[in-house]
Parts: sequence; C-alpha cells; structure tokens
Amino acid sequence: MNRQVYLDHAASTPARPEVVEAMLPWLGEHPGNPSGSHRMARDARRAIDDARDAVAALVGMDPGGVVFTSGGTEADNLAVDGVLGASSGVAVCCAAEHAAVLEPVREFGGVVLPADAGGRIDLGALAATLESVADIRLVSVMAANNETGVVSPVAEVASLVAERAPDAVVHCDAVQATAWLDLAGACRGARLVSITGHKFGGPKGAGALVVDGDVPLSPMLRGGGQERERRSGTQNVPAIVGLGRAAELVVADREATAERVAAMRDRLEASLVATVPGASCTVPDGVERTPAVAHLCFEGIESEALLFMLEQEGICASAASSCSSGAQDPSHVLAAMGIDRAVAAGSLRLSLARATTDEDVDHALSVIPGIVGRLSAYA
Amino acid sequence: MGSQRVMVAMSGGVDSSVAAVLVQEAGHDVVGVTLRLWGGESDLGCCSVSDVDDARRVADALGIDHHVFNMGEDFDRHVVEPYVADHAVGRTPNPCIECNRHIKFDRLLRRARSLGFDRLATGHHARVVDMPDGTRRIARAADPAKDQSYVLHMLDQDVLSRLDLPIGEMSKDEVRARAAAVGLRTADKPDSQDVCFITSASRGDGGRREFLSRRIPLTSGRVVDGSGTEVGRVDAVEMVTLGQRRGMELAGGDGPRYATAVDTVTATVTVGSAADLFVETTTVDRAGWADGPVEGSVLVQTSAHGEPVAAFLGVEGSADEGQMSVSWDEPHRRVAPGQSVAFYDGDLVLGGALAC
Repeated sequence: MNRQVYLDHAASTPARPEVVEAMLPWLGEHPGNPSGSHRMARDARRAIDDARDAVAALVGMDPGGVVFTSGGTEADNLAVDGVLGASSGVAVCCAAEHAAVLEPVREFGGVVLPADAGGRIDLGALAATLESVADIRLVSVMAANNETGVVSPVAEVASLVAERAPDAVVHCDAVQATAWLDLAGACRGARLVSITGHKFGGPKGAGALVVDGDVPLSPMLRGGGQERERRSGTQNVPAIVGLGRAAELVVADREATAERVAAMRDRLEASLVATVPGASCTVPDGVERTPAVAHLCFEGIESEALLFMLEQEGICASAASSCSSGAQDPSHVLAAMGIDRAVAAGSLRLSLARATTDEDVDHALSVIPGIVGRLSAYA
Repeated sequence: MGSQRVMVAMSGGVDSSVAAVLVQEAGHDVVGVTLRLWGGESDLGCCSVSDVDDARRVADALGIDHHVFNMGEDFDRHVVEPYVADHAVGRTPNPCIECNRHIKFDRLLRRARSLGFDRLATGHHARVVDMPDGTRRIARAADPAKDQSYVLHMLDQDVLSRLDLPIGEMSKDEVRARAAAVGLRTADKPDSQDVCFITSASRGDGGRREFLSRRIPLTSGRVVDGSGTEVGRVDAVEMVTLGQRRGMELAGGDGPRYATAVDTVTATVTVGSAADLFVETTTVDRAGWADGPVEGSVLVQTSAHGEPVAAFLGVEGSADEGQMSVSWDEPHRRVAPGQSVAFYDGDLVLGGALAC
C-alpha cells in the first residue's frame, strides 16, 4: 500500500480525538432531548448550551445569538433567507462566494458583484451598488475563500455598508476561516457569521449561524421553536457537543498551527513552481490568504487526470468544487478571478490543516513533478 | 495475455455493468469511469446524476474504483453544437456516432492511455475480432436485435487494438441474467432510448423541437410538389428529414408522399412519391476505415437498425475529403444527408462515412 496523504482539508478535516471522545456519550449513554423537562433532557440541554458558549466565544458574540444548524450551507442559506424573509429586500455578494450564498442571493433577485484578481469583492463596485440599488438588506462576504484561502476585506465591506446602506446588515461566511483566523477580527462589523464544525476538527453535521443582537431573522425550519424560534427541530446533540469542543480546541492552538501550516504551504508551492514546468501559483503575490491552500495551475494538464494519478500515488486532493455526480466542474471562483478557462482547467487545490505533516508535503513533492511530466507527454 | 489495467466505461446501464463484471472475472485490474457529458437542464439523460449513482453503486458492489470524468465541454463542442448546426441546414445528424467518434473513443481513450491504462472496455453490443494478419475488426453482436456495430463504424486500428467489448458474445437476456445472478442493481434497468441530451420528459419530436427551438430559429416553410406548386406548409423545415412521410400527407395527392428535398435556405420542402426517393447511387464523404480504404462490393447499412444491402463502393472526387460513391445493386431509398453509412464485409465492419 502506498503512503496515504490527505490534502483535501478544505473539503473536510478529521475530527480531533478529543472531539470524538466528547461526542461519544451523547450517542448512547445520554439519550435526552434538550427540549424536554426531565433530568436527562436537562443534561442534554446543558451540553448544547456549553457548546453554545464555546461557539459564541469563538466568534466573539453573545451565546444567545448562536443558532445551531446542520452545517455551513444551512447557516449561509439561513442568513440570506432569514434576513430577506424578515425585511423583504435584496442581498449583495461577490461572484466568488460559496454556492450556499450565491444561490439564495440570486434566487431573491440580488446583485452579484465582480471580484478583483485575488477573488475578493470589488469594493468600488460595492460602493456604487450600495448607492444605486434601493432595498439592499444584506451584504454577504466570506472571511476566507474555500478554493483559494484568500481573505476578504470584511471590515471595509462593513464600514461601506454602515456608511451607505445603514438599513443593511453584513453576513460573513467564516466557514473556511475558523481554523486560521481570530473570527472577532476577521468578521469585524458582520452581524451574522456562519461556521461549520468539520472544517476545523469538529464533526460533520453541526454548524452555526451566529447572530448579533436583534437582527430580525425569519426561520426556514418551523415547528417546535427550538433555537429561539430561529431553527426548529431537535438539536443534533452529539455533533453540537463535538462542535463546541472543536471550538475550544481551535482557539487554544490556532496561532501556532497557522504558523506551522503556512510554512508547509509555502514549501509546497515554491517547490512545485520551481521544479514543474508550466506550474504557477493561482493567487497573485501579495494577496492575503489563510495557510489552508496551496493552489496551483499546471499548463496543458487536466485536473481530472492529475487527481486520478495523485490518487494512484496515495494523495487525495481536489481541483475546484465537486458537483453532485462527483465530476469536477469548472471553478466559478477562478472564473471570477479572471483566470483563463484553459489555465483553470489544470488547477489543483492541495489543502492543509493541523493534521498535515512535513512527510505529507515531502510525499506530494516527490510524486507530483513526475505525474505532471507523464501527463504532459500525452497532452 | 496476463493481467492488464482496463478502464471500463460505465454508463450506469446493465450492459456496461456486466462488461465490468466480465473484465474483472478475466483477472484484470479494473477501474470504472462514468462520463458526465451533459449537465444542462436535464437530469434525465444518459449521464444524469441517477445514472452516475447506479454506475458508482455497481462499481462498489464489484469492489472496483470508480471515477467520474466531466467531458461536458468537449461533448458540447463535438456533439451538441454540430447536432444543432446540422439541423439548421436541413441535415440529419447522429449524435451517438459523433459522441463515439470524438468523446468515448478519442477523448476518453486518450485519457485512459495517459493514466496508464492498457485497454478500454465498453458495454456495446458488438464484437472485436482478430484477423489472421493481426489487425482487428468490429463484428456484429451475437444478439442481432441489439447489434451496435453500426455506431462503431469509425473505429480504426489505433482504437481497436486497445478496445474490449466484453458482452458482444451475449444476448441481451443473457446480459440481464448475468447481472441478476451477480446481484447488480441495474439488472432490470430499461435500455436507454433516443438522444441522451434531450430530456426524456419530452422525448420524441416534441422534445427535439423544444431543444432546437431554444438554440436556433425554427422556420416555417412551403411544401411543394415536383412541379414547384405549393401544396402545403410545415412549421419547421429544420425538423424535416429526407424521406419523412409524417406531415407530408397533404390534400390533392394520390398515394403517400415523402419529403424528397429539404432546402433550409429557401425554407422549402419538396415532396414526391415513394418512387422519387429511390436512387442508383449515393455519394458519401468523411469516410473512415478500420484498416485502410476499401473499394468494391460491400454490404451497406444506413441506419441503426437498418438491413444491410449490397452495393459497389468506389472512390469519387477528392480523396482528401474521403469522398466515395455507393452504387446500389438495386435502387435504394435515398439516405438523408448527415446520416452515417457503415460498410460491412459479411459481419465485419470495414468503415463508414456520412451521406452527402
């Protein structure tokens, strides 16, 4: 068996052992429904409220604003649908946002703005739109991009919105930033923040939309009135407990992890660009990004073929986002960055995390040049 | 022949499922691949998510790796766009053949080779046979009712030397029985029908019309008889195929009438009797050969399930264009321009071309 190297952490990270340990009792021993009134129900309620405190501390907002969801997509959807449902206006976002924001923004007849060469929202276009379009109630901006790790100017967006469209609120999709950035800073000015557990050592199936103060939010899921009437349905107690534990853990070692992973990311990119003909870094120099992603384009190579060969060598990675059939779709993020389709066709996203080791990077560097060489010979 | 690395093209249907079973049983190192060709508005065509799921679950059941390759842009360029362009000028394209020519046996085969595979296998009902001189030919399937050799007429030695068609010796019933015996979920799945990128919800002429009308203007036109007298109208000349009878049964005629000419420039369809459709010779171009050009007496098949008929094949005009003349032994119904004609020696495919 080849060495197995997982370089797709932007898709999902392994749950940390402490997280798994914290979750297990809530799968079997403790069956209580947090909405009940007896002792076991109260135990479950206490467990998710502890997690609520941890998530609130992670984001830097009040625990009362934490709405647990099934993950990032639901949190993003709820931000757009919830705010527009309560205020009947339109939303604005940039073309490089995650589909979980883009789709509902488009559905409500919103404005999708161009991105700059780094894939960040064009602030000039935003300013003009805030002036010219009435009824803007929400501006959504991601803290860090899921494909490239590029960091958005959230605070600048928030001050533009405060200045020119005071009736609008800012939502920040912080799903890809949580593992790397202090969210209180990275999401400054945002009144709604989305996170999800499995991008930072927590489980899949638990995320949160954290809402500041009295932002009106109309629910998508209606029923028993859980989560202060903002998200009905029995809470996923084990996963929420895991989310809370992951939130505590990530805050504790985030800075050291980011520094270590950034060095590995830089080594990957620099070495591949130096040794592989036709390889280039996708994100322009000087654009701020998280340490999460080494993003490269290989001229004349097709991503699907590259990924297939990488898997043969034990490396699991990805190119752009995957469609529901499992095929690789052309990246809307690279398109928004103005990258030529032919160049984007040879893109590769190697995404790292806390679990990534120097040996993983060594293995990737030992096989990728040969694979690209072989595929080039057939191009 | 020892163990080789074989890529099996799995559509999610029963035929390619069983093809994967057979390649695996032969002891080869198998990887299943499903192509995503058409992501458009349809989730019903041949490469829909549910078909990809079926292929993936069959691969899971067999314990083989499965990958999905997105060749949608190539499919658009080489299959869908030419299909639309052909209709716009009154030709009758066969998109399955263009998909085989440009996608399955070109792009996919090149992909397979670049990834280190020795061979490509598909679930077509046809056989690959070895000739005494070491070359290979496509031959008709053991199940004549399911024979797909016609849509494989463009395959040359470069492809044939790397191609396996594992179910070609089996009847459809045997294929289904085999799938059931192995417990495959696709055992009873209906055969795919019609053009895969036109939604099954609106199959038939309605679906084709809707598909084309969203891409090209459909022009109403005159229907004239042999003397040029207008005898009726059609609402879309781009939809009329040479030889078509439906919609041509107009007042004033005696006996059935057929489209004998379609001119999209003047938006005119000429109709005539059945006798007007018969010709001595048909010119074809873009000829391709299994192993070099062939002249002389051959059998010719002009549609997917048509009967092969005898003709003499001769070079005509420019050899560069692959132009040939098919001189029918008995007068033959005209072949709609754009349709494929396949040439056979007995059961063996010699090559094929497009009717002019």
